[in-house]
Amino acid sequence: MSACTSIFKREVKSYFATPIAYVFLVIFLFFSSFLTFSKGFFESREASMRLFFSNMPLLFLFLVPAISMRLWAEERRSNSIEFLFTLPVTTGQAVLAKFFAAWSVLVIALALTFPMVLTVSYLGKADPGPIATGYLGSVLMAGAYLAIGSFFSALSRNQVIAFILSVVACGAFLYADSPQAMEFVATHISSRLANMLELISFQTRFESIQLGRLQLRDLAFFLLLSSGWLWATIVLLEERKGA
Amino acid sequence: MIQVQELRKAFGPIVAVDGVSFEVALGDVLGFLGPNGAGKSTTMKMLSCFLPPDGGAATVDGHDIVRDPVAVRRAIGYLPENAPAYEEMVPEAFLRFVCEARGIGGARRRDAIDKVTQTCALDSVMHQPIGTLSKGYRRRLGLAQALVHDPKVLILDEPTDGLDPNQKHEVRNLIKELASEKCIIISTHILEEVEAVCNRIIIIARGRVLTDTTPSAVREKEGGTLDEVFRKLTTRGKAAKGGAA
Repeated sequence: MSACTSIFKREVKSYFATPIAYVFLVIFLFFSSFLTFSKGFFESREASMRLFFSNMPLLFLFLVPAISMRLWAEERRSNSIEFLFTLPVTTGQAVLAKFFAAWSVLVIALALTFPMVLTVSYLGKADPGPIATGYLGSVLMAGAYLAIGSFFSALSRNQVIAFILSVVACGAFLYADSPQAMEFVATHISSRLANMLELISFQTRFESIQLGRLQLRDLAFFLLLSSGWLWATIVLLEERKGA
Repeated sequence: MIQVQELRKAFGPIVAVDGVSFEVALGDVLGFLGPNGAGKSTTMKMLSCFLPPDGGAATVDGHDIVRDPVAVRRAIGYLPENAPAYEEMVPEAFLRFVCEARGIGGARRRDAIDKVTQTCALDSVMHQPIGTLSKGYRRRLGLAQALVHDPKVLILDEPTDGLDPNQKHEVRNLIKELASEKCIIISTHILEEVEAVCNRIIIIARGRVLTDTTPSAVREKEGGTLDEVFRKLTTRGKAAKGGAA
């Protein structure tokens, strides 16, 4: 078996060997359904998961950095990074293996929200299209958050710093096209730049995907953004893994 | 087996390794001696391809450490300083992971793990989380991890640190046993250890090689015990440097 898959397997197991995965799953499942029902799931009288998916950007903003913060900071703190990078792997393989391991924990979390799908199908005639694209969008957005988190985790050996920086950076992408942010940039920098903010906003892209509009540019946005941040993680680790 | 030419590494303004050159052949046990901060660990980290060098070149088993780091890592068993490992794992799972990552599977893996468990006397703790193990066991697990794929080159950073006298004795015997078919570099502060296991000595200080010889030659040439020679060599430069400044 290649080094890459064995690192992937070890990482996934380590999430479940420590309480991290269980705490994460319980909190995620609780809040994802609690917010859905408290926002008026029944009152909307609509057999769709629109309300459920609308919570994802904010939930992931705090929960994904909680998963990603240990990715590299932990390796650095315990020096196991020195052990890891003297196994026959390249930096790129290790970064990808750990990224995909964390991503699969998030995919498991999303898969465990299946009772929600059963609920809406039981209550009415749900349209499977938006449900499928909603999940796809959530998985892609989680990956993008995770790639950002992996970069900030590689930046510091302190997990708290990694967490805070990741939340701030993810928040910047999430709320890039909020009226406040756009107004701020338009008055202080330039209105041209303010209009460009709309292009990088997670919220806008995600909403469009979860409403069932599957456009290549939205999918490509999340995939390219994730690859970019992962590439930055690799460069950063190559430069200063000993630091 | 190992050729090192003018290896250099600086961390910001601090030059940790300043043009180190040496060669190690199959069957050699090289003792790497030096005061704290001399550049021993940094040199070992570069040879095991954890840190890229700033200058110079080195080959391990014919592979260049800059151009082909993965091949070098495959040929090397490396015990890092402080023997880091994943604390939530148990030694058994950890060794299985190392085997998988190094491409040892099936029956070969079982044999390899059984063998190192025995040589490193780990049987009693195989199912105990690594985080709860004593320093001595962690060090021995680090050693097991470095030996499990039967590498031709062993780089051991302070292999006996934290072990009790009996364990030290066992590890030294192990190194002597392995010596004939491998190429081994160990770093240590313990001078008697060098005399016990090494057939060559390199003393380095402030990133430079001060002497590259054998234990007996050092004694004959410089006179006195290795202890005195070490002190004479490593403080001589400091006095000169102080005078120059």
